[in-house]
Amino acid sequence: MSFWADQLILLPILLPLLFAAALVLLSGRQQQLKYAVNLIGTLALLATAITLFWITDKEIWPNGVGVYLAANWIAPFGIALVVDRLSALMLTLAAVIAVAALLFSYRRWSRAGVHFHSLFQFLLAGINGSFITGDLFNLFVFFEIMLAASYGLLLLGLQANRVRASMQYVVVNLVASSFFLIGVALIYAAAGTLNMADLAVRAANLGDSERLLLEVGAAVLAIAFLTKSAMWPLGFWLPTTYAAAAPPVAAMLVLMTKVGVYVLLRLWLLVFAEQEASLGAISGTALVVGGLLTLVFGTIGLLGSQELGRMAGFSAIISSGTLLAAVGYGEQKVVGAALFYLVSSTLAVAAFVLLIELVERIRKPSAAMLALTMEAFAIDDDPEESAGVVIPAAMAFLGLSFFACALIIAGLPPLSGFLAKFALFHALLNPTGLFVDNLYMAGPLAWTMLALIIISGLAAIISLMRFGVRTFWATPDAKAPRLQLSEAAPVLALLLLCVVMSVAAGPTSRYMERASATLHQPQLYIERVLSSPAVPGVVSTAGVEQ
Amino acid sequence: MEAVIAIAIGVLFASGVWLILRPRTFQVIIGLLLISYAVNMFIFIMGRLTVNKPPLTLKEPIEAGLFADPVTQALVLTAIVIGFATTALYLVLLLTSRGLTGTDHVDGKEPRQ
Repeated sequence: MSFWADQLILLPILLPLLFAAALVLLSGRQQQLKYAVNLIGTLALLATAITLFWITDKEIWPNGVGVYLAANWIAPFGIALVVDRLSALMLTLAAVIAVAALLFSYRRWSRAGVHFHSLFQFLLAGINGSFITGDLFNLFVFFEIMLAASYGLLLLGLQANRVRASMQYVVVNLVASSFFLIGVALIYAAAGTLNMADLAVRAANLGDSERLLLEVGAAVLAIAFLTKSAMWPLGFWLPTTYAAAAPPVAAMLVLMTKVGVYVLLRLWLLVFAEQEASLGAISGTALVVGGLLTLVFGTIGLLGSQELGRMAGFSAIISSGTLLAAVGYGEQKVVGAALFYLVSSTLAVAAFVLLIELVERIRKPSAAMLALTMEAFAIDDDPEESAGVVIPAAMAFLGLSFFACALIIAGLPPLSGFLAKFALFHALLNPTGLFVDNLYMAGPLAWTMLALIIISGLAAIISLMRFGVRTFWATPDAKAPRLQLSEAAPVLALLLLCVVMSVAAGPTSRYMERASATLHQPQLYIERVLSSPAVPGVVSTAGVEQ
Repeated sequence: MEAVIAIAIGVLFASGVWLILRPRTFQVIIGLLLISYAVNMFIFIMGRLTVNKPPLTLKEPIEAGLFADPVTQALVLTAIVIGFATTALYLVLLLTSRGLTGTDHVDGKEPRQ
């Protein structure tokens, strides 16, 4: 059982890569076949992710940390792929959003570009690889796979504004990748290893000059991740890019900002948080302050936005800011609550960007039709007449979905956004647990964070309701647009998942607590990675001979 | 030798930074290339500067002092390939933008005089 479970770790990378390669070979004329193959690949990925999720939580591996040694080289010599609760959670989240985005793209977007399907699978390979790799340089490679695919996807349905947004997005990311490389090189120069677990061990026993080099390297590396997760002042690229991207692509981009947050959480808690109190405190505070500034930037931006695309972008920035501040705070309970918030806000913002296209059709049906024909330049048949069930009561559906998105993004009861923020506040004010230490007083930073999160929620409500009232109630010639089942279902599914999260809040937040607890015991992770034996009797490698 | 290499990398990087802050797409792409050269050299020398030492051997005994660090050489090869591919992609984007908007300004339109 354990042997096969180990092999399962490779699948989230292998499946998308194989499917992407197969999809490149299929002719562009067989759109239905390509779509079917892509869907099968993504669903298989979802099944794998859920299985890994289940396996890690059942602790079939010791401590719920599974290790796969690539090419049978023992760590730290080879590349280790590692799955723990957090990775499995992120893999599942990625697969869920991928399925939703793919379903949404059925009617129109999957046919707007030649290699949409292969790029989609490559993007998934990059995202999944970043979640499960245990090696810094390998992380760089997966980051680049993810970014290269996202450059291609962003250009989907080539338009002047997309090209312009892509040019900025590509330059920002290329420069960020340079920083990534510099950081990795410095860390290698200081510690002589790129394996994360080995790095954590070695970082604790470095001399003074090496330690300085390591800290500089970590800071440079952090610039790359913070650019990805859009921390102020590195996140100006985000609203323009989101507004320009096609909706299914924008949903995947929402996920990609969370990759930055994930890597920070992983490296930060594994390597840097435990070792030296002074360094940990300084950079933790910097992260909290940066996150709070991002929150302020997102709040102001959200209040000032008029179009939905930019509002979604700023909602994503607010979500990033909250997460970064919580990660910098570093307490186990806070991180657990932050994970709940991460899942809930990612689902809601992804549903929101998908919803945007449908809502835009109410506002200006003629303009939407024009764009439709312009973008479908490669398609012969009229998309309006394509197969699919037209759902009734479109206006009611759109209104209610918009309302649900707004509730979750702003964090109002009864949906999961409220529960996430409530858990976060509770953890901030009482990090030791319920009724254990009633004399605990939260520091000024915690109070600032509390206030800013509440204000950002208020801004979200003002901004979204202003738009909602104007669109659904105050448009005199509002006509119900035609909605297809393949467009409505993914939005509904993502929102239903948020509802499930609120109904099953107890088990969900206990799971997040367990994930956070695993993260806060880096020695378990380190020990599992470094002591994993190579598979005997396959090939004699350097590791086996020792 | 350390000083020469350090200055070379510094000059390359500084020129690259200046160029990517310029308004024309061609300047930006040259800037990106210079930065990636600087970064590649930087990775390379992080395995320490050595002269006339092979990175690999097939013969025993293996003594670390006699060899250059092979890891950084492997890393820099990967980084060169990836950097090259993404920069080439930017070149395509640059030409597309020139075709769609008729200008080579990074904003897709000429600034007002």
